[in-house]
Amino acid sequence: MRALRLLWVGWVMHMKMLTRSAFNFWLGIIYPLFFATAAFFMFQSGDDPKPLLYASLGAAVMGIWGATSTAAGAALARERWTGTLELLVTAPAHFALILLPVTIAMATIGIYSMISTLVWGRLVFGIELEVGDPLAFVLAVPATVVSIGALGFLLAVAFVRFRQAWALGNMLEYPVWLVSGFLVPLTLFPDWVRPISWALAPTWGIGAIRGAALGGAPYGDIALALSLGAGYTLAGILLLERALRTARVKASLSLS
Amino acid sequence: MIGVRVFFVGGLISYRALFGWLSPWVFIPSLLVAPVFQILLFVYIGRSAALESDEFYVIGNGLQYASIPCVFAMTNIIAGERFQQTLGSILITPAPRLPLFVGRALPVVLNGFFVAAFGLVVGGLIVGIDVPASAFAPLVLVTAVSALSCTGLGLLSAGLGLIVRETAVLSNVIFGILLVCTGANVPLDALPGWLSTAAQGLPFTHGIEAARLLADGARFGEVARLVGAEALVGATYAVAGYLLIRVLELYSRKHATLERA
Repeated sequence: MRALRLLWVGWVMHMKMLTRSAFNFWLGIIYPLFFATAAFFMFQSGDDPKPLLYASLGAAVMGIWGATSTAAGAALARERWTGTLELLVTAPAHFALILLPVTIAMATIGIYSMISTLVWGRLVFGIELEVGDPLAFVLAVPATVVSIGALGFLLAVAFVRFRQAWALGNMLEYPVWLVSGFLVPLTLFPDWVRPISWALAPTWGIGAIRGAALGGAPYGDIALALSLGAGYTLAGILLLERALRTARVKASLSLS
Repeated sequence: MIGVRVFFVGGLISYRALFGWLSPWVFIPSLLVAPVFQILLFVYIGRSAALESDEFYVIGNGLQYASIPCVFAMTNIIAGERFQQTLGSILITPAPRLPLFVGRALPVVLNGFFVAAFGLVVGGLIVGIDVPASAFAPLVLVTAVSALSCTGLGLLSAGLGLIVRETAVLSNVIFGILLVCTGANVPLDALPGWLSTAAQGLPFTHGIEAARLLADGARFGEVARLVGAEALVGATYAVAGYLLIRVLELYSRKHATLERA
């Protein structure tokens, strides 16, 4: 119960902080809109305008990953800069319970981007979205957010030893947009890319959202996205235990 | 003589001190890996939309990605000094302002050129585009002029940095505008008329068009006007940027806004 409370309070507190940041909030909304606009123009002008609706959902979800990748990479570095990392690590609560809501809050900010992209597509490009299965859609969006937040958690932990971790997170923005099939069907990629796509929760998250909106089998994709999210969290906790033990032994937490 | 020294030595030292991306841990992922994936992203979107050839997106995105080093680095000449609390010290020196600010642009142009050239070569090799050998030298020139042109816009952005606190947001917005409007990914005739017209005043629009024509076998003489237009656009932004910096420097003295922005 205390763990759930800590997760909730951490999420609310970081949501408040992120929504007051021009970089994390406003840019998180505006930046994916540029990519969505470019993609909308491209699909609108192409030989077959039918994929426009397909692209609009993908572009909308791009913002969730966009809001997470760089920010999650920098999550620990930010605590290091503000001098709070040591305090959080030595707190009685497990550090994973402190870090996980941070990255989920980052992914949640992406919902603003998702809504603005869909509204932008509707108002400027006339893309009308009718959700075929509203219940599945309502389940698919938070499942995608949580699973992407969990992936962000794994990234944050994996990059704990890197001073410039934000750059590594930033580097992963395009590849995940690409191989998760946000804008491009996975069938266009070489066969060796498919297993990479399958290992990424965003692939199943966008599959679930598309399935719910356009018709398909969203519940299987929701389950897979959540399962992968749980897997990332578990891997992140194990990695975190190891990293913190090493940091205590070598006094390397501050990287100074 | 002092002006020349401020231009070259001051520019280089300032660039090394302020451009925080010179660490390999930042430079490689942000300026070498990311542009290649941006190229791949749009190549695949282009294939999916059945709109243009792979070459179209390799050239468009390879050149356009130079805006990251050009705009961010130039904007940082103000924001970085403010962050390190040296902006006031810089602006009370008697150093002539033209070499002081424009000198900082030279390393930015060289870096922007390198990043764009890297993206074009590596992206082109991965995707497998066919560019005639005779186009290599003119393409180098077009890439350099495009980097120069975008650095001019960066100088304008640097000027805005004197009154805008969130310069990283500003730089990202400029990057997004260049992504959509310069013809890097969307053919200009597919944009609304007003946007297509506005694009004529943006860096990269003419450079990207010239590079595509060269890659398709045009001779340099056939694209010289486009290259000239690209240089003119950049020069206009550079002059406007320099004037804006001077005006806002005076404004900051009068209203004490230097650290407040």
